Amino acid sequence: MAKIMFLNRKAPHGSIYAWEGLEVVLIFGAFDNELAAVYMDDAVFSLKKGQDTSELGIKGFIQTLPVLEDYGCETILVEKESLDARGMTADDIAIPVQIVDAEAIANLMAEQDVILPF
Amino acid sequence: MKIGVLVQEGPYNHEASDSAYKFIEAAMAKGHTIQGVFFYDDGVYNVASKMEPPQDDRHIAKRWSELGAKGVDLIVCVAAAKRRGINPDLIMPNSRISGLGQLSEMCTEADRLITFGD
Repeated sequence: MAKIMFLNRKAPHGSIYAWEGLEVVLIFGAFDNELAAVYMDDAVFSLKKGQDTSELGIKGFIQTLPVLEDYGCETILVEKESLDARGMTADDIAIPVQIVDAEAIANLMAEQDVILPF
Repeated sequence: MKIGVLVQEGPYNHEASDSAYKFIEAAMAKGHTIQGVFFYDDGVYNVASKMEPPQDDRHIAKRWSELGAKGVDLIVCVAAAKRRGINPDLIMPNSRISGLGQLSEMCTEADRLITFGD
């Protein structure tokens, strides 16, 4: 068993990293690992309420994000500084998350066996 | 040390694949074991067998295949490959297509997982 952190830093749209990163979380949920997802920098937009990707021709995150916990990813952290810098607050976020500061994320990083960046 | 390598970028467009290759060469020269190389996102194109770069340029797919011949397990993610039109007939010898479970295994079995991305 390993402690694995998915470190999401890229914007949700404009490239496929965020989406394929989410697919990794869903598959890893089938294995016996301790999973944590962190959203910081532009990745905080992935969690924003009211996203409509219909005109982009892509599936979007909003249907998938709520099942992260069911797939074994019980820790979902959002970096407070990234939210502040983008004028976002807890009210903008579509799923239950813990909002923590950069230092708390750094401490959690130090405990991980593996960090996968997306 | 047992090292797992994750490659998230395709060949030529970004340096990640070159850096991964050079890192593996150097690590092996120092006596480390490469647990495997997992190609994800556009990384799946690294072992595209129809690749034919100009003769005075490095042949990235051939280079990987030669590394595979030395016993390094080269794994192409099936989901990322399908999305991009890569199938078992279109990958280099000494590489194989498999699932994200292999990446999960690499996370638990390797001493370190190193990611090469953009």
